[in-house]
Amino acid sequence: MDFYITALIQGLCFGGIALGIYLSMKIFNIPDITTDGSYTLGGVVTGSLMTHHQSGFVIALAVIVSGAIAGALTGIIHTKLKINALLAGILVMTALYSVNLTILGRSNLPLLGLPGLFMSINFIADNPNQNALLISLIFVAAITLAIGYMLKTDFGIAMRATGNSEAMVRALGVNTDRMKIIGLAVANALTALSGYLVAQQQGFADISMGIGIVITGLGSVIIGETVINWLQITSVWLSLTLVLAGAIVFQLVLAFTLSIGVDANLLKLVTAAFVLVIVGLPRLTGRAA
Amino acid sequence: MISITGLKKTFNAGKPNEVIALQAVDLEIKQGEYLVVIGSNGSGKSTLLNLIAGSMLPTGGSVNIEGNDVSKLAEYQRSKWIARIFQNPLSGTAADLSIIDNFRLAALRTKSKNLIIGKTEQFKQLVKERIAALNMGLENKLDQPIGTLSGGQRQALTLLMSVMDECKILLLDEPTAALDPRSANNVLKIADDLIKQYKLTALLVTHNLRDAAVYGNRIIQMHEGQILKDISGAEKTHIQQNQLFEWFA
Repeated sequence: MDFYITALIQGLCFGGIALGIYLSMKIFNIPDITTDGSYTLGGVVTGSLMTHHQSGFVIALAVIVSGAIAGALTGIIHTKLKINALLAGILVMTALYSVNLTILGRSNLPLLGLPGLFMSINFIADNPNQNALLISLIFVAAITLAIGYMLKTDFGIAMRATGNSEAMVRALGVNTDRMKIIGLAVANALTALSGYLVAQQQGFADISMGIGIVITGLGSVIIGETVINWLQITSVWLSLTLVLAGAIVFQLVLAFTLSIGVDANLLKLVTAAFVLVIVGLPRLTGRAA
Repeated sequence: MISITGLKKTFNAGKPNEVIALQAVDLEIKQGEYLVVIGSNGSGKSTLLNLIAGSMLPTGGSVNIEGNDVSKLAEYQRSKWIARIFQNPLSGTAADLSIIDNFRLAALRTKSKNLIIGKTEQFKQLVKERIAALNMGLENKLDQPIGTLSGGQRQALTLLMSVMDECKILLLDEPTAALDPRSANNVLKIADDLIKQYKLTALLVTHNLRDAAVYGNRIIQMHEGQILKDISGAEKTHIQQNQLFEWFA
């Protein structure tokens, strides 16, 4: 049981990435793979500030800002220098590796024994695992509420329209370049928040924690999207919730794979195969998609 | 209202494939004028419209709107005067967004888009009334994605969206090119009504000579980047389709 609760917590921790990818890929229609770098950035900023005994509030703020800067850089390279979004993302991601290594000072930083978010409040004193689940649930719910509200506002409508019909949005007085930069900043701030949660949950920050993490976000979004398209959902709240549910399902499937005895070394292969199945399934079963 | 002087546009300047799309065009469009622009392909009429809208910047010359030199302004900065209808009905609306979201954005064309929820019940009611006036039965589908509507319906809604916010100039870039004859008629009638009702200054680029004869109170013919003919007043009102046809002979 504890095994699955951990998977559930992990799914929630990856909720930030899922929401970030949903924002960049589905709302802005930009394939952004800064993710690998900004997720690790969130983790290493968390790690190094925790060892410097900063308060949780300061750490979260620093993580959001650093992730936003990484995303904004990708956005600026993409819009101002007119470089393909994928390439812009790869450039920033590559550069971030050195930045992350410099911040961390070494390749792995253990955080065990340091007071983090998951030990900050004791709702359920005798079961730390359930307590962590509750805390991550509250944290992710707060993020989702903030993003959902943003998307409902006039600014959010302009955001959603930017990925949909750029010509129209420009004719309606929106600076689409600025909009994309802000969008990528928000998306990568969310991704960095995932790094913040995961580093604390697993008890260490690692330079390679972000390798291939974009696939986790993509998989989560695609699971969510499949249900969204299937039920023809237009509500913003429901869409965000389904994307989060996608992140959780994704982790549960991986946990299940491990529990039936698949070699942990094959986990990335299983991950890629699983995403392929989800992407391919709607195309194979129904022509509608 | 719009005053254009020496407006030039050259594509690929200095290269073997250089194209002079506009060569020093002077044009004065008065407040309330409904100007129809005709001309063969490559005559520069779309370039003229794009230069006024700001989706392209001129090689030389200037565009003034109400006395402001807008030649260097980006398209989104000119939106406080200009509303635009595209040739492709898909371009004028955001397909995945609901009708009400599209209208909300259009209602903020000249204003900033802030972090507040502007889709109030009052706003929905206003949109509902406006759409009901089109008699297309769309007033109860406000939450439906606008992409589920037909091209004609979308183009009609786009027109209505352009007057949701203060609008002075309406640019119509072959708005009916992608529509069937009946929808095309309907869309141009709606445009004509709105232009009269809101006393807009309008510019219609079209290939349809019947429409060019029926609508507008001034007509110009473009040819090789220059204005060849310019007719207004009573002479425009009485012009016939076959007379226009002879212009192209």
